[in-house]
Amino acid sequence: MKNSIAERVGDFLKGYPPFNMLSYKTLLRIATEVTITYLEKGDTLFKKNDACHDNFYIVRDGAINLYYSHDDVKNIMNIHDTGDVFGLRPLITKEPYKLTATANEESIVYAIPITVFQSATDKSNKIQKYLITAFASNAFDSYTAEETGRIFVDYLPNTSQEIVNFQTANYTKSPITCSVESSLKEAAKKMSDHKIGCIVVIDDAKKPVGIITNSDIKNKIATGLFPIETSVTNIMTSPVMTSKKGLTIADGQLQMIKHSIGHLCITKDGTVNSKLIGVLTHHDVLVTLGNNPTVILKEIKRAKRTKKLRAARLKGSVLLRSYIEQNIPISHITNVISQINDAVTIRAIELALKKMPTAPPVPFSWLALGSQGRNEQLLFTDQDNALVFEDVPENQYAETQSYFLGLSKLVTITLNKIGFEHCKADMMANNPEWCKSLTEWKTQFKNWILKPDEKAVLLSSIFFDYNHVYGNKELVKDLTDTIYTTLEKTDLFYKFLGRDAIKSPSPLGFFRQFLVEQNGDKKELFNIKSRALMPLIDAARILILIKRIRDVNNTSERFEKLAELEPNNKELYQSCSYAFKALSKFKTKQGLLHDNSGKLIDLETLTKEEKLKLRRCFKPIQAIQEILKIRFDLKNFI
Amino acid sequence: MILKWFHKKKKEYPDFWVDYIDHFKTPNKNPIEATRFIAFDTETTGFDKKKDRILSIGAVSFIGKSIQVNHSLELYLEQEVFNPETVKIHGLMRKGSLEKVTELEAIKLFLAYIKNAILIAHHANFDKVMVNEMLLRHGLGKLKNKFIDTGHLFNKSKHIIYRESLKTHYTLDDLCKELNVPKVDRHTANGDALITAIIFLKILSRLDIQKKLQWKYLLNEEII
Repeated sequence: MKNSIAERVGDFLKGYPPFNMLSYKTLLRIATEVTITYLEKGDTLFKKNDACHDNFYIVRDGAINLYYSHDDVKNIMNIHDTGDVFGLRPLITKEPYKLTATANEESIVYAIPITVFQSATDKSNKIQKYLITAFASNAFDSYTAEETGRIFVDYLPNTSQEIVNFQTANYTKSPITCSVESSLKEAAKKMSDHKIGCIVVIDDAKKPVGIITNSDIKNKIATGLFPIETSVTNIMTSPVMTSKKGLTIADGQLQMIKHSIGHLCITKDGTVNSKLIGVLTHHDVLVTLGNNPTVILKEIKRAKRTKKLRAARLKGSVLLRSYIEQNIPISHITNVISQINDAVTIRAIELALKKMPTAPPVPFSWLALGSQGRNEQLLFTDQDNALVFEDVPENQYAETQSYFLGLSKLVTITLNKIGFEHCKADMMANNPEWCKSLTEWKTQFKNWILKPDEKAVLLSSIFFDYNHVYGNKELVKDLTDTIYTTLEKTDLFYKFLGRDAIKSPSPLGFFRQFLVEQNGDKKELFNIKSRALMPLIDAARILILIKRIRDVNNTSERFEKLAELEPNNKELYQSCSYAFKALSKFKTKQGLLHDNSGKLIDLETLTKEEKLKLRRCFKPIQAIQEILKIRFDLKNFI
Repeated sequence: MILKWFHKKKKEYPDFWVDYIDHFKTPNKNPIEATRFIAFDTETTGFDKKKDRILSIGAVSFIGKSIQVNHSLELYLEQEVFNPETVKIHGLMRKGSLEKVTELEAIKLFLAYIKNAILIAHHANFDKVMVNEMLLRHGLGKLKNKFIDTGHLFNKSKHIIYRESLKTHYTLDDLCKELNVPKVDRHTANGDALITAIIFLKILSRLDIQKKLQWKYLLNEEII
């Protein structure tokens, strides 16, 4: 029978991954079984420790918060809006939910029954992988992978590129084994000799019958449950999980998550009834998964020519595109891309140093400014950089400066060839103004801070976000110290910075419509950089400067730090951080789409959902600008 | 003797009607969140209860706040009465390509679907009258279900102070606008039924905040 509602549900689903990978017929089959749930603001869909539902969810309207509570503090992991899938845990494991999902505003979600979805998609690899990624990006990134600094864990389910990760898993061949007749003591000795954490117990035909890990020994022997001379068969976990060789990393990982195990035995025919040929450990999975960015970084470090560097950086762009496609959190992406950009810069400097006739006369430090300094560069953008060298006697100054100018010239040319455009304002280290000794730099910053004017504020907004990339760190530290001491002496400078931060009005105009560029041939275009990103960047900078927080350069991290420092404004700062991430992602997507920096957006091309998303991000901009106005008493200063 | 007469009278009704009536033998004691509701809408050839006919019935059922897509009903009826004027609203042509059922078949399917659920419709009175007329034509009784009119309920959910200044007549489009419900598939019976369901849920949660969510309050309205 005709079901118009199912058709409409299908029409909606087909616009979003992973459903856009399905045929309409399959989609309709799934859509027919969907449950439409209405949630009032604050309604809970599922709670932490609730048993898994038989469904996963996609947001139809509104927004859903996923958070975990720790000591009564709500930590929002993610806010999902229209088209985002969430609640994917039951697809992978039967464990209870780890996060709580509540409606951030009035929302409608579609619940997709898992059994129907899986049988309709026939467990398609591509789709499974998309969902694992979506799941992983929620479940791990924010508070495991990122916090432990393991930023290279990579859950790539690639939809369009070939580079990847569905390579076969690199398992350990010729694993260490013991026979069923062994005593535990013998097995443990073997493990200790080989410095390994697990041993496979095999029978006479070399079939795996069980596995013993360190924790088995800890739990069953050390606790006195069994004597140390006991047979291995009393201790081992049996039967073992097995697989054929040639399984992909993603499959291996999936099986481990599914069965909550850390080891997978690889046998000849993939069952327990054939010869053991290897073991795939969780560690192997992680190492292989980490491959992509790591390989690129290695390539960069070994590159001997600009061409090689360019190729490696281009791979970074491919990686970026696939990350964006898979909805990997933007903070994770910026981390990876920043690492790559920094590595490229470092390598360019190293290559330039080799070309110089002599070694540098004194220690120096290379600074990245602007977006690279804030670790926010995603696409190729302009290069903004500067160089500071150790003080030299006056009579050697000109000679020393000219050496470093020569070096900088080589570096900037190389970077340009790699794809980083020359800075239009010439803010590069090969400009004598931005290639100075430490003392000269200190004087420069003192002037900017103590005698602020329009130009000084413009420049300091770029220079204050510097980040050490190469060379002597002490020089940079010394410079930063001076800047902070000087800042103590003035309030006026903050007013100037504050005024600068609120000079572009929030894009949420009086009629709640977009303010688009009024003049020039870019009339219909919305400048997402100057209208939306810069106000957030500027606000974060001034607020963090006044708190004297050093070494937090990234805008979203600055807001998160501020949320920590000012609990009463926590919510606003967190939404600023979120808005910044969402807007950067938006800009990156647009950039990838049009092959440019993405900063000018043609509103005509946006879907209604995208406009809504943008608008949601604009609200905190308005709020933060109000805070700046009050805090720095800017009402009469403008 | 009386018993015999009663027995005979009952026999005259077809089985599907008896089955339908059976659902009302035990009154609903469930709390609101565990009660089955059905939002429905009819597309008709016009507004005259005697002359005009139902062209399609769309309905969605829900318990709590979840609407299951595969538990919806969508019926297109074969009709002799035809009014070209209304085609431009509902888009249902006399000999369209849709699979159609006879009026009697539609009644059977509809009654088996609604059972004793509480029926929700926008301007419920009209839909109720149209369905009852259809039942009458086939020698059946009136619908036994309780009805809720979303237009009326919305009005009640507003504070008494504002109620006076409000319109007394809300169209479905007005409510979509007021309650921020996306208008998808407006003017198909099923689309309107889904919109009505969502509007109902939204009003319910408003009443819940006002602590007015009780049976007495919901059902206390006059519908002929």
